[in-house]
Amino acid sequence: MYRYSDFDAAFVAERNRQFRQQVERRIDGSLTEDEFKPLRLMNGLYLQLHAYMLRVAVPYGTLSAAQMRQLAYIAERWDKGYGHFTTRQNIQYNWPELRDVPDILDALAEVQMHAIQTSGNTIRNVTADHFAGAAADEIADPRPVAELIRQWSTDHPEFQSMPRKFKVAVTGSPHDRAVIAAHDIGLRIVERDGARGYEVLVGGGLGRTPMIGKVITDFLPQADLLPYLEAIVSVWNLIGRRDNKYKARIKITVHEHGIDEIRRLVDARFAELRPAFSGVDQQMLAAIEAQFATPPLRDASTDGYDLAYAKDPVFRSWADTNLTAHRDPDHAIVQISLKAHGATPGDASAEQMRVMADLAERHGHGELRVSHEQNIVLPHVHKSDLPLIHATLQQHKLATANIGLISDIIACPGMDYCALATARSIPIAQEIATRFDELKLEHEIGDLKIKISGCINACGHHHVGHIGILGLDRAGVENYQITLGGDHTETAALGARTGPGFPAEGIVGAVETIVNTYLEIRESREETFIETFRRTGMAPFKAALYPEKEAARDAA
Amino acid sequence: MPRKFTPKVVTANALLEGDVVYLAEDDSWIRDLKRAEVITDEAVAQIRLIDASSRQSEVVGVYLADVVETEHGPEPTHFREDFRRTGPSNHFHGKQAAEV
Repeated sequence: MYRYSDFDAAFVAERNRQFRQQVERRIDGSLTEDEFKPLRLMNGLYLQLHAYMLRVAVPYGTLSAAQMRQLAYIAERWDKGYGHFTTRQNIQYNWPELRDVPDILDALAEVQMHAIQTSGNTIRNVTADHFAGAAADEIADPRPVAELIRQWSTDHPEFQSMPRKFKVAVTGSPHDRAVIAAHDIGLRIVERDGARGYEVLVGGGLGRTPMIGKVITDFLPQADLLPYLEAIVSVWNLIGRRDNKYKARIKITVHEHGIDEIRRLVDARFAELRPAFSGVDQQMLAAIEAQFATPPLRDASTDGYDLAYAKDPVFRSWADTNLTAHRDPDHAIVQISLKAHGATPGDASAEQMRVMADLAERHGHGELRVSHEQNIVLPHVHKSDLPLIHATLQQHKLATANIGLISDIIACPGMDYCALATARSIPIAQEIATRFDELKLEHEIGDLKIKISGCINACGHHHVGHIGILGLDRAGVENYQITLGGDHTETAALGARTGPGFPAEGIVGAVETIVNTYLEIRESREETFIETFRRTGMAPFKAALYPEKEAARDAA
Repeated sequence: MPRKFTPKVVTANALLEGDVVYLAEDDSWIRDLKRAEVITDEAVAQIRLIDASSRQSEVVGVYLADVVETEHGPEPTHFREDFRRTGPSNHFHGKQAAEV
């Protein structure tokens, strides 16, 4: 894992010192809210419905055991004993008081963490594949380059006041687990003729106007990355629309100018910038890469795992659902579900955080990941340790065997917390998960991603959910629109609306109708929901959801 | 025709705690909607809003929220205001916990 240099530590300490003074000046009346708001946002502090919210960056979703323990300590010392892991691989605290925030930031700095650029019109925390460094299909670990981008973008003087926020995601695998097509810039590490480079997507994004990112170059040599990124961001920084916040993101710029024109402008800017990058960035990348070396993997028997797998059906179900192939066949990638049926997606109590930190330390080389799907990952676990890990998780409500299933729902905080929300998300997720647990159907249903947002900003990724749910305010009542057919992977697609929305009391029933339709019309158990949808299209689902309307149309 | 003025309360978030507050008749900021001053006159509402907005060292984000008057005091007309005066639905935190 990356460790702060003296420069990093001094930079964070100085920012924390500044922010402490800014808070003091706000409290003593020397700063107005208009003056203070951009300063607090630069440090991740929002004011939400019921309280302040502090968004802490988890760079590319990677945490050490010590960092996870400190997050638990912060949750207990200054919050209400829990934290919320988000779809941008960060953690949010929902209840800090203004006076305490400087102390929280100092506590974060003790474990080399901060909340800088988790808000505002800046380049935000770079996200990455949560299986980075462990996945069997990986070409290269995306985290070193994500760290390089973080260092380049943090406090970058040209990019502190852009038309809007800017998000970058990186994957090192052909299978996209980082939703790169839904980011302002998506990077995929590729190899060509033995040389490493990047496929670069630009102009993806969800929100009010969802767009799938377009390929601006299919092979960018590794050494050209930073000047090329700088060229993209600086082109957009100049021509991106500042007249209308809703048209300011680069997806609109790409849409309005066309990808060919954007490519031309970026290439021209790149030609100017390239000579300024002397190669220091590549020396830095090499030094960062050394810090992400694979931990020494243990060579031991997996008999204990095989025996538990054969004898214990509960363990077997968990292993089948929550484990992913590691590139070392004696190891596994463990996903710890933060989606116990009826619980809030992404919430973890301080106690649970400590349990996960302890497990990582004892059995996982001290490493954890936060997935954009709001679960926690132990990336390098020897299979012989899995029965013990499972038993420990069971004692702390962390052993739910539902990764990738219908109850593994992404949900934004929605109107239970968020000042922007138009409806609640969390109770809908809780009800759907509880309902399908009662039906004992979710393993039968198989791979199905439900993603819920409580407003059109789409933090819950609803556009790319197999079933997407969007909560809206319709004449003072919560109403939920459904989209079907979204895809968050390398075959990224935006879902299509089924038709009119459903009231809160009707949304679980509507999801059940969709799922029952799928179970009736799938060709076999092997045909997943998304495959069935692609084969049949919307028609059978629409007919089931709106029987009266469809019948009337048939009669006409 | 201008829309008929509907009853309002002045609401905001407290600067230090960040929680929801309402303006009472005696100009104090209170945590309980039931004791908030209900304003039925548009001109009065605007003056109360301007005065409250100037109290920057106490509160953030002052605005007028619709209420209906009932025998139990003012009640929110919109679900957002109902959540603000209660707390989140997934954890027993916020105002609902303070009442116990």
